[in-house]
Amino acid sequence: MSAALAIEGLRVVYDGHHALKGVSLDVAQGESYGLVGESGSGKSTLLRAIAGLAPVTEGEVSVDGERVGPGRDKAFYRKVQMVFQDPYGSLHPRHTVDRLLLEPLAIHGFTDIEARILRALDEVGLGSGFRFRYSHQLSGGQRQRVAIARALILEPSILLLDEPTSALDASVQAEVLNLLEQVRSDRGLTFLMVSHDLAIVTHMCERLTVMQNGQEVERLSASDLAARTVTKDYTRNLLTASEGFVREGSA
Amino acid sequence: MTRLLTVDGLKVDFPTRSGVVEAVRGVSFTLGRERLGIVGESGSGKSQTGRAIMGLTPANARISAERLNFSGIDLLDVPARQRRDLRGKRIAMILQDPKYSLNPVMSIGRQIVETLRAHETIGRAEARDRALAMLEAVQIREASRVFDLYPHEVSGGMGQRAMIAMMLIAGPELLIADEPTSALDVTVQLEILAILYRLVADRGMGLIFISHDLGLVSSFCDRVIVMYAGRIVEELPASELANAEHPYTRGLLNCMPRIGADRHPLPVLDRKPEWAL
Repeated sequence: MSAALAIEGLRVVYDGHHALKGVSLDVAQGESYGLVGESGSGKSTLLRAIAGLAPVTEGEVSVDGERVGPGRDKAFYRKVQMVFQDPYGSLHPRHTVDRLLLEPLAIHGFTDIEARILRALDEVGLGSGFRFRYSHQLSGGQRQRVAIARALILEPSILLLDEPTSALDASVQAEVLNLLEQVRSDRGLTFLMVSHDLAIVTHMCERLTVMQNGQEVERLSASDLAARTVTKDYTRNLLTASEGFVREGSA
Repeated sequence: MTRLLTVDGLKVDFPTRSGVVEAVRGVSFTLGRERLGIVGESGSGKSQTGRAIMGLTPANARISAERLNFSGIDLLDVPARQRRDLRGKRIAMILQDPKYSLNPVMSIGRQIVETLRAHETIGRAEARDRALAMLEAVQIREASRVFDLYPHEVSGGMGQRAMIAMMLIAGPELLIADEPTSALDVTVQLEILAILYRLVADRGMGLIFISHDLGLVSSFCDRVIVMYAGRIVEELPASELANAEHPYTRGLLNCMPRIGADRHPLPVLDRKPEWAL
């Protein structure tokens, strides 16, 4: 079986700065895969390179066994959609929710627009009352739901998630994570999720790659991480850090 | 324990075109030379509480309290001039993101020296020496090199250390830290917290630590106040957090994903309207 998403030796160079230094990974159909790392580790760059938003210097991206060319065509975006980190920045401030959801449908030539918009809103738990609101009339969690609806409305098979909850409050984060898990099981989606938070990634993903300085540090399964069977010091440091502050002397 | 700060019935209102927004609705607590955590989600009024004590409430806001007293000084009734003397000298505040809170066109060293010279009559050379010593105290290794760097030339962790150095150099008695590590990577976060913890303990300051992260606050502070919709819903010793009674506090603790806990779906907060009464 070919992987839903395969990346081979991906390298991204910005003006001589090597943001991504040859990273490979395979995500199976229906799997949820995590990328963890601190700022500057290249985890977001990897996601953006897959989506065609970062210049790929070297390496290959394949979706469902087919190699993706340097440009991304419409067929690619039918299969692969992305949810961005900041719901305050990723929605057009002067478009209503209706217009935001209409745009991908119009681009891809859908005809049953009305039904699809209503279904998409319903699926992310917003209801039709939100359809003609502007994004400034929504809370952070509601905005992120709109962003998820916009990604799902084309019925993609792969969702790229770039820190989808890091701008949200803890209680809202739980709701959005639950929503993502729900749509994944309903539609059999494949996730590639970036986060700086080990707990979120182990909660959401079966396997993960820890990244640092544009390179892979190690590949783990979520159960390895939960059992603390990690081999690299960097991962161990991240694990310790995620357990929170320990007062001097009480450790 | 000597009482440093008394807050009684603090209210902060923002008049807007569509009515008055009540950001803080009657918050009361006292603080000695201890570490107090204020926890809440966005919009709970935790930052406005800190800003009101610091005197940084926007001019269009209405602020009132039964009592807002800092070591015998009525903060609501004090002339602006005296308030300015307090700010930075006796009460200091660490803000969230060094990228925005440091002056981008002034070297780090000059900013620290400026703080010092605003509050003390002190010669240039001595001010520089004290600033360098302070940079070393926040564990910056090449203090004399960092002294001449501009904020954009240093990392977030380094910037936040510089911020702490700047806030502590005048020797404040009360330090307000508003999400001091939220913009930093987790591993850097721990280093900064360790530095802050040691300095606050060594100098016997009172600390108000404002954060959205309940777990972090309880590991850092002695006492925790939980805020919701502009009010305090619960106050408890940090060690008793696991026995919190208010459903909001329990819900906040519960909804975080934890490594090794298999909880699908995550429990979500069922917000009750009566919490906001």
